[in-house]
Amino acid sequence: MYIPLKITKTIHDWLFSIMSEGAAGLVEMILIALVYLGIFTVVGLFLVLMERRVSAWFQLRIGPNRVGYQGLLQTMADALKLVSKELTGTEKADKFLYNLAPYFVIISAIMALAVIPFTREFHAFDINIGIFFLIAISSVGVIGILLAGWSSNNKFALIGAMRSGVQTISYELSIGLSLLTMVLIAGTLQLSEIVEVQKNGWLIIQGHIPASIAFMIFMISGTAETNRAPFDMAEAESELGAGFHTEYSGMKFAYFFLAEFINMFIIAAIGTTIFFGGWLSPFGITESIPWLGVFWFLGKTFTLVFLMMWFRWTFPRLRVDQLLTLEWKYLLPINLVNIVIMALIVWLNLIIQF
Amino acid sequence: MSYFSEIYNGVKTLLTGMSITGKYFLASRKGAITQQYPDNRETLKMFDRFRGEVIMPHDENNEHRCTGCQKCEIACPNGTIEIVWDRKINEETGKKKKIIDKFVYHLGLCTMCGLCIDVCPTDAIKWGQNFENSVFDRTYLTRVLNTPGSKLQPGVED
Repeated sequence: MYIPLKITKTIHDWLFSIMSEGAAGLVEMILIALVYLGIFTVVGLFLVLMERRVSAWFQLRIGPNRVGYQGLLQTMADALKLVSKELTGTEKADKFLYNLAPYFVIISAIMALAVIPFTREFHAFDINIGIFFLIAISSVGVIGILLAGWSSNNKFALIGAMRSGVQTISYELSIGLSLLTMVLIAGTLQLSEIVEVQKNGWLIIQGHIPASIAFMIFMISGTAETNRAPFDMAEAESELGAGFHTEYSGMKFAYFFLAEFINMFIIAAIGTTIFFGGWLSPFGITESIPWLGVFWFLGKTFTLVFLMMWFRWTFPRLRVDQLLTLEWKYLLPINLVNIVIMALIVWLNLIIQF
Repeated sequence: MSYFSEIYNGVKTLLTGMSITGKYFLASRKGAITQQYPDNRETLKMFDRFRGEVIMPHDENNEHRCTGCQKCEIACPNGTIEIVWDRKINEETGKKKKIIDKFVYHLGLCTMCGLCIDVCPTDAIKWGQNFENSVFDRTYLTRVLNTPGSKLQPGVED
């Protein structure tokens, strides 16, 4: 089994010089897993804090600003509190599935994180069907949600899970087709090559009108895919309690909560990689310093995350039928026409390049 | 064709909403309405219509405006106010006059309905702005509103 590991070549060479090939490979995998678990935790906790501060600013409040500088340790304290809480469950819950469900959600989120190119060297798993893998993995998360709702033995949780299933399966189409539109212009599914293609201008500029439409559809369906407001039918505090994770407490609840935020990060990261040139700096201004790519990547990603938070704290929620109308009557036909336009543009070579 | 105009209107109205919340976001640093309470205790000012507790204002001569008519005691739905009164001879006119001895106010019973203040003919009692009413013993919640040795302001009864 050969996995191209690109995180820091020196560690790779050093490990292979002191150990046998199998042992070194194993150690590398464990190291990478630890690094990505670290990223998962830090990004998740930071996003929870960012959500709370941003929502506070949208509502003319202040938000958590007491624990640590500007409240930076607030979510850490919350996580510690959740770890110390009792794990409760319902009486007649299907115990095995009930305990399994959070791991489905969290593992799919971490697996999707692995193929995202943070920068040229910081890319755990550069698979040649990267986008396809991302779309496939992001649909696995819904199994965890369905299992959670089903095994809780709670009708509200079940309704929430079913709504989530409807929503994710519908919007999967849009997200796939909008990414397919961009694959037409990039000509590859491999994420690192898609970034390389954008050296002559980000894809949203290269593909101008159809790329902008694809980006809008991607952001809408991405928001729906992560079950966030205005598409938060699965949680629906006002009608379903907390939806599919009503019966979860303590750390198992925190897994769902963190996975939701990581999914938001992943959607924003895919958007950054496909539409906004990933770790490339605008006009190549810092091309001579490769490690700055991480900051460009994170900067663009958090801008898109902010956009999703802006959606959340502005738009009213949709009903289930409105949600499906938006997908099947508007996004899907527009998307199909958009693919044809994009194909024409690529065929007639109307791409804008610098 | 209404299909496309619907999409246009939808996008337009969504962008209008986003511009409004965006302005709020940018203005939030100086326009935040949150009071960081224990920190700004010195400067915190409650609103004019805030109902904290019933107080009886006294002027600089230790004189209040309560004539002891007991209308507030009758108006109160849950017996928050008790007026201990006495008849004394007024030195100027030589007539017997009703004078309050103690205006007892049970804060623990008060629901802040404001009927006593509405009904007072001489505006002797008012809303106070104090909101830190918690005490360690409930006997502290029974208060005597008129200060010791206070008198009726002259001219109130005329």
